[in-house]
Amino acid sequence: MGRVLAVIIWIITLLSVLLFVAGKWWFPEAISEHAPALDRQFLITIVVVGISFTAAQVGLGWMVWKYRDTGSSSDRATYSHGSNRLEVVWTVITAIVFISLAVMGQGVWASLRLHDAPAGSYSVEVVAQQFQWNFHYAGKDGIFGRTDPNLIDDSATNYIGLDETDPNAKDDVTHTVIAIPEGRPIELILRSRDVIHNFWVPQLRFKQDLVPGMNIRVHFTANRPGKYELACAELCGQFHYRMKSFMLVLPAAEHEALMALPQDQFQTRITELLAKYELPVYQQ
Amino acid sequence: MSSETHEAVHRHEAPKSFIRKYIFSLDHKVIGIQYIILALAAVVVGVTMSVLMRLNLSWPGTKWSILGTLFPTGAPGGIMNPDFYLSLVTMHGTIMVFFVLTTAPQGGFGNYFLPIQIGAEDMAFPFLNMMSFWVTFVGFIVILAAIFVEGNTTIATSALGVWLGGGSGSTVGPIGGWTGYAPLSAVGVAAGPGQGAGMNLWIVSIAIFCIGSLLGALNFITTLLNMRTRGMTLMRMPLTCWAWFTTAVLALLSFPVLLGGGILLLLDRTVGTSFFIPGGLVFGSSVLNTHTGGSPILWQHLFWFFGHPEVYIAILPGMGATSHILSTFARKPIFGYRAMVFAIFAIGLLGFFVWGHHMFISGMSPYSAMTFSILTLSIGVPSAVKTFNWLGTLWGARIRFTTPMLFAIGFVSLFVAGGITGLVLGQTSLDLPMHDTYFVPAHFHLVMGVASIFGMFAAIYFWFPKMFGRFMNERLGKFHFWLTFIGVYCIFVPMHTMGMVGMPRRYSQFTEYRFLDSIHPLVIFVSIAAIITALVQLVFYFNLIWSVFKGKKAGENPWEATTLEWTTASPPPHDNFAGVLPVVYRGPYEFAVPGAPNDYVMQTEPDASKAGSEEVGGNGHNGHKH
Repeated sequence: MGRVLAVIIWIITLLSVLLFVAGKWWFPEAISEHAPALDRQFLITIVVVGISFTAAQVGLGWMVWKYRDTGSSSDRATYSHGSNRLEVVWTVITAIVFISLAVMGQGVWASLRLHDAPAGSYSVEVVAQQFQWNFHYAGKDGIFGRTDPNLIDDSATNYIGLDETDPNAKDDVTHTVIAIPEGRPIELILRSRDVIHNFWVPQLRFKQDLVPGMNIRVHFTANRPGKYELACAELCGQFHYRMKSFMLVLPAAEHEALMALPQDQFQTRITELLAKYELPVYQQ
Repeated sequence: MSSETHEAVHRHEAPKSFIRKYIFSLDHKVIGIQYIILALAAVVVGVTMSVLMRLNLSWPGTKWSILGTLFPTGAPGGIMNPDFYLSLVTMHGTIMVFFVLTTAPQGGFGNYFLPIQIGAEDMAFPFLNMMSFWVTFVGFIVILAAIFVEGNTTIATSALGVWLGGGSGSTVGPIGGWTGYAPLSAVGVAAGPGQGAGMNLWIVSIAIFCIGSLLGALNFITTLLNMRTRGMTLMRMPLTCWAWFTTAVLALLSFPVLLGGGILLLLDRTVGTSFFIPGGLVFGSSVLNTHTGGSPILWQHLFWFFGHPEVYIAILPGMGATSHILSTFARKPIFGYRAMVFAIFAIGLLGFFVWGHHMFISGMSPYSAMTFSILTLSIGVPSAVKTFNWLGTLWGARIRFTTPMLFAIGFVSLFVAGGITGLVLGQTSLDLPMHDTYFVPAHFHLVMGVASIFGMFAAIYFWFPKMFGRFMNERLGKFHFWLTFIGVYCIFVPMHTMGMVGMPRRYSQFTEYRFLDSIHPLVIFVSIAAIITALVQLVFYFNLIWSVFKGKKAGENPWEATTLEWTTASPPPHDNFAGVLPVVYRGPYEFAVPGAPNDYVMQTEPDASKAGSEEVGGNGHNGHKH
């Protein structure tokens, strides 16, 4: 029985490790500036996890193999209540490894979250509502027009409650697709109309809740043009699973041209761009 | 030696009538079994729900005509709709966490064995004990009712339904996940299906559950501190008792916070307060002008201040049982008893300072997130210490592979597998891609769900002979172990890679996103593994019921174990020790003592070399006056 258990534990360990090492199911290729450092930190962590997991399981298997009661001998088990020296050794070692990981794991976080978006960032207001994303672009003047929840009128496609009488709103455009320039820091100003949503683009290695009643400012830089799927990652109700949109990362010139368009032409152009860019090819 | 006044308080005569003996019983043993039966019933509901979820995820859009018959609103024409799926998510989580993982380990086995293991005749407050079970039972009835009022238009439009806030028609239960984040859970039917009467009952049920758990926790703490028998010093207690005690302290400190939060949420929903609802919310072009100034994040703080200790409430008793059973069948003293006690305390203490790791990306201060992250990874240290000590216990052992031992070893394996990925999720940076993906359910199901359940399987196979005087069938038990052990790994390891690909939690379908297409074979694999593993549990249920009546007869101490529950009859008499309380002379795990006649020495065995009683200390019945 002991040997069977040992072998099964080892096989499970081997297959589990293989599932990760094989790399068939892995993160999609990253497109953000902070992603390489983050992926490196993940790799370091998962290697530590893998080694600890394997060591513990192999050790456990070895114990049950070696110390099974064969019934053939009248020997007793070793009479031992433990070893303070060993307790100190493994407490100190695990503390050093775990705390080091935690400290290293702060790097990317600190670079993204502890300071405001750098000067020259491109800002987009994001207003989520149940099962739809709305993006508010400031237009040529770079100033967002005033918004007010009382002006929201879905039937007139004013999803964000933009005040048309505000002069700053004249050149503003809105869309359900987010279009951002490549290689330039992006600041998102995140809001929600109703419940909590979450902005999630796997290729960005980036996630942030949109909380009603709050304006949450976050920033990142995307450095590869293309079309990417945008998902909601916080349970927001019935059709949470299809609260989907796209993120277009555009070369700077193409983006600038897009943003110079008035609302109606802007809509058409986004449709063209969605057709122009392909989704990344995913491993099958 | 025991004082008369004391006995007058605690002793109650064995009841004669059926109702006082089996239903409204004051006997901690009966109450323990009642808790276990409640968990066994609740887990059937919870697991059935998870199988339904897997069917929907793997084969979306398939017509399951039986579903259409059973749930005409949730699966019209046999095709499950997204509301049904999400209410299954919600109810599966709530029922499993509260009514399975909190009831069986603590209320069940703790109730039955804590008094016996410390040499007491009953809990300190038998009436309170009875109350805590029946309050919990009412909570379970209310959570089941939540399923039926939400989608049932007849009930929703009845006086009861209207009073409860009305059902929202098309669903079969509340929608909110087991975390019930506001404002989705706070604003009522405006937020869509699953937010009507069912959500009110969901909150009421949890509030009732909190009260039941509080009563139980008070009882556990008082009993352990005041009612230990002569010689049962704290450091001679079995590790199970340390685990139940620490769990009770966690429950005492965390459940009131959830109770308070639940009441505030209910007030937001019913009387128009705004604890969690900010102003200016818009649902379907109309502004919700009735609320202003609340904070959705406040709910998350209150919930997780309870929610994280709850994880340890679920698993600490499993750790205790595993330590106890590993030592017994390794025929070896537990390795590092003192370190194990400190580790339990450290886990319990640190468990109160890590709740923010559930909220890194909630909009909370990024500096708080960094603090919570360091504390979170620190909690891995006492967890690792426990693992090392379990391995140390097996080192040099003479392992007897009984079914409880297999499950205890399985617990160690699963605890490592599930716990270790906390190193990933606890890091602020890595939470950015991993948060709310399948990596998270993979992690917590392995460690909090499956490992805890393995602890309970080990416990039931181990203590069944004591509770019923008969063994459970070993052959069926082993079959149950092998398939369950392999099955749970097949279910939860692939979920980690799903999370890396980016698969979000709580999606009723994965058909909308191309980046999820490649994962489909794994989704199907997991579902098949889940269905098989769920079916295997029928063998366990059969074994359990069959063995109560037909199992092989067991004596007083069939496992050759050392602690006090093995010094009394199987099953124990009404007052546990037939009027003569045991006296304890040594620590709990004296196996393989050199020179002793057997390879185990009972705690009650007097020490030949020190015949005097000066070794017998403790603050048990001696010197304790009411």
